[in-house]
This record gives sequence, C-alpha cells and structure tokens, in this order.
Amino acid sequence: MFTLTRPTPAAVPAAPLTKATLKADTPTWCPGCGDFAVLAAFQRVLEKLQIPQQNLVTLAGIGCSSRLPYFVNTHGGHFIHGRALPFAAGVSLGRDDLHVVVFGGDGDGFSIGGNHLDHTARKNIKITYVIMDNSVYGLTKKQTSPTSPVGFKSKSDPTGALDPALNPMRRLLGTGATFVARAYVGQLQHMTDMIERAMKHDGFSVVEVHTHCSNFYEDAFDCFNARKGGHVDLIDETKHDVTDINAAFKLASLETPGVFGVFYEVKDQPSKNAREAELMARVQAKFPTTDGRTLLQAAFDRMK
Amino acid sequence: MPTAGPDSSTATSTAHSSQTVRDVVIRLAGNSQDGIQAIGGFLARLAGRSDQDVMTFMTIPATIAGGPSIFQVRMGSGEILSPGDRSDLLVAFHQHSYEAHRAQLRDGGVLLYDADTVKPDATDTRIRAVGAPITSGTVAATGGSSKDKGKNIYVLGLIARLFDLNVEKLKGLMKERFGKKSEEVFNQNVRIFDAAYAHPLGDDVRACFEFGPARAATGARPMVTMDGNQAVVMGLVTAGVRFGAAYPITPASSIMEDLRAALPKYGGMYVQCEDEIAAIATALGFSYAGHVAVTNTSGPGMSLKMEALGWGIMAEMPLVIVNVQRGGPSTGLPTMVEQSDLVQAIGGTHGDAPRIVLAPCSVGDCFYATYEAVQLAREYSVPVIVLSDQALSTRIEAFPEPDLAKLYIEPGVKLAPVEGEYKAYAFDKPTHHVPPGTPMLGGKYPTVTGLEHDETGHPNASAPNHQKMTARRREKIKALAAKLPRPEVYGDQEGDVLLVGWGSTFGQIREAAKSLRTQGRKVGHLHIRHISPLPQGLAEIFAKYRQVDVVEINDEGLYGYGQLASLLRSALAQPHIRSICKTDGLTFKVQEILAGVSRLDATAQR
Repeated sequence: MFTLTRPTPAAVPAAPLTKATLKADTPTWCPGCGDFAVLAAFQRVLEKLQIPQQNLVTLAGIGCSSRLPYFVNTHGGHFIHGRALPFAAGVSLGRDDLHVVVFGGDGDGFSIGGNHLDHTARKNIKITYVIMDNSVYGLTKKQTSPTSPVGFKSKSDPTGALDPALNPMRRLLGTGATFVARAYVGQLQHMTDMIERAMKHDGFSVVEVHTHCSNFYEDAFDCFNARKGGHVDLIDETKHDVTDINAAFKLASLETPGVFGVFYEVKDQPSKNAREAELMARVQAKFPTTDGRTLLQAAFDRMK
Repeated sequence: MPTAGPDSSTATSTAHSSQTVRDVVIRLAGNSQDGIQAIGGFLARLAGRSDQDVMTFMTIPATIAGGPSIFQVRMGSGEILSPGDRSDLLVAFHQHSYEAHRAQLRDGGVLLYDADTVKPDATDTRIRAVGAPITSGTVAATGGSSKDKGKNIYVLGLIARLFDLNVEKLKGLMKERFGKKSEEVFNQNVRIFDAAYAHPLGDDVRACFEFGPARAATGARPMVTMDGNQAVVMGLVTAGVRFGAAYPITPASSIMEDLRAALPKYGGMYVQCEDEIAAIATALGFSYAGHVAVTNTSGPGMSLKMEALGWGIMAEMPLVIVNVQRGGPSTGLPTMVEQSDLVQAIGGTHGDAPRIVLAPCSVGDCFYATYEAVQLAREYSVPVIVLSDQALSTRIEAFPEPDLAKLYIEPGVKLAPVEGEYKAYAFDKPTHHVPPGTPMLGGKYPTVTGLEHDETGHPNASAPNHQKMTARRREKIKALAAKLPRPEVYGDQEGDVLLVGWGSTFGQIREAAKSLRTQGRKVGHLHIRHISPLPQGLAEIFAKYRQVDVVEINDEGLYGYGQLASLLRSALAQPHIRSICKTDGLTFKVQEILAGVSRLDATAQR
C-alpha cells in the first residue's frame, strides 16, 4: 500500500527525553493551581515512554489549561476555543508517525467543543485527550462552567448556578471513546499512570482530571482531598471489568465523589487511522499502479 | 446561416435536414427524478468528444424530488461563451414544465413535449409544437417492465434523431454509463433509445446538427468534459493536494464526494466531519501535519469557518478553501447562483486578516484557479479562498486537457533536521513551517498559535510586535500583488465603456462586449480573477474609459454599488466605476448586461 501518512523519518541520533529537554516556558498559571501537577505527570510519562521528541505533538484549545503546549518542549499547537480535537484529528489522521496529545478544560471539552468530543471519540481517532476540569471558567475570571454544581456562585450566576451540572464520566462513556479514565491532581502517581495508559492506547483515549482553580474555585474538589477530610476511592480492576460498558456507566453514576481509575478500555476496536489505511489498501488493490500521475492521467482520460 | 450571437437565435426556423447549425440551445424541463441531468451529461460529453465547445446551464431544485428541474445544453462548433439567453428546443416532460418554460423558447423554436402528459396551447403559433409518446413509448420499449423509468433515454433518442447526432458515439457513452451495472441494463436502455430514434418526427422540424471538423491544429490537446466542481477536484489533485475535510452542503458536496472517493487511491484521505468548523479545523490539522489541505463549502458553511480561517491567517498556515457560492444570506437560495460572498471572502473573520482570494471564470478555470490557489497557499503560507459559484459547479464545459507533464506536482512530507534557532515568522523571510516529525537540533520545538507572536512563534502581545507582525502579514500579500500579471483587456483598449466582471459571468460579459462593438461602440472587457490582492495597473486601465461598468450577481447595497464595484471604488477612488447588479438567483443574460449598459449610459458623468 502507498500512503502519505508515514513519511520517511529524519535521520537523527535519538536523544533521550529528560526533564531538561522537555522544559519549555515557565508556566503562567497562578500559584497553587492544580494544572502544575498535570504538567508534571505528563512530563513524567514522556520521560518514561521515551517517544522520539520530534514525533510528539501537544495541542490545545483555549483556557488556562490550554496554555500547556507552551510549557512542554514538543511540536505544539494552540488552536481556537473548543476546536482542538478536530485540529488534532487532522494531525493524527495525516501522520501515523506522530503521538498527538490534546489538553483542554471543561469549557473547551464539554461546552463549546462538545460536538467535536462526540465525533472524535465515536470515530476512535488515535488521540489522547486530557480534560483538565476545574468546574469554572478561570481564564475569563469566574463564570459558570458546564460542570459547575447547582448553587455555585460565579460572575455569570451571582445568586448561584441554576442549571444542573453535566456528569463528565457518563458523558465520556456515551461518546464511544475506547479508553475512559478519571484522575485527580491530588493523586499524582495515579494520574500519571492514567495518562500513561491513555497514551499507550491505540485509539481515542480520554482522561478526565479534576484540577482545582486556586483563584476562583479552590474548594471544588475538597471531597477528594484527604487533608480536607475527603477521600479518593480507586477502581480495583480485579473486580471491575473495564470492557463492560454497563459496569462503567454504573461507576459513572455513583454519588460524588465517586471513584477514580480506568472506567472503560477496549482494545479490539480499530482506530479510524487503521480503518482509513484499510480503505486505502482496498481502493488501491483495484488499480494497476499507485503512481499518482498515471492515476490522474487515467482520470482525465475518462473525461475525454 | 445564423451564427452564435448574443441572443443565440440559431437553430434556424426554416431548418431542413441539409442545413448545418453552428450552435443550438436545448432546454430540458422536468422533475428532478426524470433523469434530465443524465441527458444533459450525455449531450455534453458527446459534444466534448467531438471536439466541440460545450456549455451547459443546469438547475436542480432544492427539494430532493418532485420540484421543477431544468438542464440547458448549448452545443456549437464555434466559440461558445455563455449558456445562451433563449432556447431553440424545449423538451417538456410535464404540463408544468411546459407552462414554466414556454416563454423562454425563441420565436420559431421547437417544443418537444410528452404527448402523454402535456397539452400545449394549440393557438400558440409563435413556436412549433411536436408531441411524442415519451411516457408510453418508454413503457412499450421495455415491454412494460419498468413503468416509465428510462424516459430520459427516450428523449435522448428523440434529440439524437432531431439533430442527427452521432448514434454510435452516444451508444458508446451509454455503454460506459450503464455497462458497468449490467449488460441487461445497457441493452434495455438501447431498446428505449432505438424506439425513440425510430419514432417519426416531422422533417420540417429536423435540423441537421453536424459537428464541425475536429481541431486538427498541431499540438492541440484533446478536450476533457466536466463540471466546475470536478474541475476543482482535478486542480487540487494535480497540484498535489491529498488531504482535506468537509461537511455536506449544496452546491459544494460533490467536491467532497469526489475527493473522498479519489484520494485513498493516491495515498491520502478526505474526511467528512461533524460540522463546518470541524472541517476547517481538520483541514488545518492536515496542513500543520505537512500536507497542504483543502476544505470545501458554500455560504453558510463559510460563515461557520470564519474563526478558524482567522487562526490560519494568524498562524500563517497554508490552506485552500473552496466556496461554491449560492444565494444568501442565511440559508438563502441553496440551489441558485449569486456572487454575494466577495466581501466575506476578502474580509470575513475578525481583526485585520489579509488573505488571497481567486475567482475562476469558467469550468476550465476552476481547474487552473484551484491549482494556482494550492501553489499560492504553499508559497505564501496563508489560507487561499477559491470563489466558485453554483453556476460553475453545475455547468459542464469541454476544455483542452491540462498538460500534466508540466503541471503535475508530486506530494509528500519532507522531514529534515533543523539546525540552530528556528524562526517560523522571521521578519526578513517568508513563513514556511516545519511539520512535526522534524528534529529541532537547536533544542527548542515550535508551537503554532492564534495568539499574536514574535518571530519564533512565541506569544507576544507588545504593541511594537503586533504592529510589525500585522504589517508582515499584510506585506506578504502585497508582494503577491506586485507579481500578478497585468490584467488583459479584451476589445478596445480605450474608449467608451469597460465592462468589468469576475467569476462565472465571463462568457455573457464577453458576448455583451462583442455585441456592443458590432454596434460600433468602443468597448473593452476585463475579467478579474485575483480578487485579493487585486492586480496592479487597474487604475491606469480604468482611466482610459469614459465609464467602467462592473457586472456582478449581487445587490447594489446601501450605497449603490455591488461588492466588487465597492472594492474597486475604495481601492482606486475612481468615481466612474459603477454597477450593473441583479439578484434573481440566475446567471446574467447577455441582454440584461446590454440593458444595464444602456441604463448607465443615460446617467454617465463624464
């Protein structure tokens, strides 16, 4: 099969990925922001996986969390609000040699970009998506987000949020994503493990990370925080069948604070990348050549 | 013998079988399920193979089936420039088809109607009415097995008989179309065709339509026949585009459909996205990944793409956007033509966002303009908009086969390590992004962003930087303006009236200019293909004419000028630039342009 999705790699000595080589801009997040932990976890995963640096692509939409591509030294893109996933889809489908990781917030993923989440997940495009959910619009200085609980007082709901919050895990399981996990920035090692498993997944993998906004919603996740009397229940995968979507929905429907870990993971679903490659092979088998100019000449000949 | 003229009264009213017509306008009117597009397609391709110029003018109703549908074919052995204002032959499948289109038939023209369904006005002596059992003849030819499916082939047989078309070539085309399905489908259609061909039609209405000699000039290229959307697709593939994304929308969908079918063959893919925004975002993602990509749409979709278009301009990402214009605003007139997206194309999206806009003027030019758009997107690293329209998308023309030996571009992503500090947006050289997969030996990897940024692409909101970067994005487009060829004027190089147009109205404006010149007036025609940036030298050319009449299918707006005229007036500050506009959802008739010129003559200021 002839494909343009796998260009000849550049010949370079493989340089090991280290904390130093991955360092880029100093994060501009506010002191105490949960997002620092997500960045740290991502860098740990990259150091562990040792994917060639030039093949890493870090993308984002708009929001505090979406500044992350500036803080990690990979090829990166800072796209428009809510549309990072379809942009990432082009990058991933166009290039099988790349590892595409998208970061975004709850506004990006569940509000303005909700439609894209559905379809990128449904198509199972090979992308890892980390949703850094702080349940508030932080960059625009405290408005209600789709995951803000009823009663949350913000500048757009000064007497408290009226509308029910979205359940992120049920939402994600409903998209058809083939890897769905939940993490909390207060559990750094567990969150790192979740991102690592997501990045190793061949298909659309999504990790919902609860990360507090130190300025506008610091107590959002106190119920997970041991120091503040909360607790984190981790999923025991000897008891939870990660391939059982109904079991996953049950976990997603537990009362707050719920559980953390891999809710759903299936490995037998081909990614869109694989399906497109299969289509290419099938179509090309019908033609005697893969030479573009010869094929194009034949197309013109049919119009004579 | 009559020749191709502005009103195309051609297929002589006193035609005998011995006569040869130079061009003929055939209008087929029915419902969308009657298959009249297929008839048009056969006729157009027959003419294309016979080295004739072919132009068709087709409308399809917005409804899926049942609404009125027409297809008009003009075939000729001379230069065919426009669809033809009036028809020589009207084929009416239904009573309503007859009622709706009878007035459009020229004096002495022929009405060919289905005697099973149409009762023409017997007192109408202006035209010649000929009935044929289109429905019952079709049913009889198939042994009653297929109801009236195949009426279109019956009509094709009648037309072939009426104009003495080359039956052998037609059957060859039918073999190509139906032979793939099965031999039986092909044979059945031949039976229908033969039955119709054998049906006696009065000799007095038979015109002999003999194709002129094939172009034998040395080096002449064979003709290819296609519609405007197909020409866009061929232009993209020839220029090396192998990736893109779109969302279905009339009248642009066939570009997506054709690319979806074709690109896997070439090692690429075309993705149908969840919406128009996702489509441009995915296309930008492909471009960022190193494959200059395309998205195609029409007005409403174009509106949705605007924010992402701005990102492409800010991040300086190459991209081709094909907008097949239809009537607007909002859902507007989805199946009709309008040239009302020009202002959006040159200025849509927030902020100062210069970009390149090209407007093809014919089906053949849909190929070349799209090809050029890809080249310019690469060279200037910027989104390039191709403004086609509904008329071009559905029009079938024959044009000389493009020379692949010269034009074909082999695509591919090149990954070579980059040494030292990398500046994607250096002030002293044009942007050319390095695709991911590129090792950055200097250690620092780049991030592309919609935030204002410095030379390295790093966000930078300082006032001096924003001023410099805004100027940089502007100056690169101006640099293209300086390189564009000086526009050529057809006809008189100075004088009375310069007709200026853009897009699909080329043929009608050219015919109008010819007509005015035969009346002894000094008239030129200038067609603008590069809408943004405009080519240089326009002010000097315009100054040589007493009036500059800009012909476009859009509204005169709040201040009395169409969209291109407004742009030209603001760019050149010449008050003798004025407008001939219309908004009836149809392409210009030559007569309408002539009437517009007369109207402006009466109020000329100089």
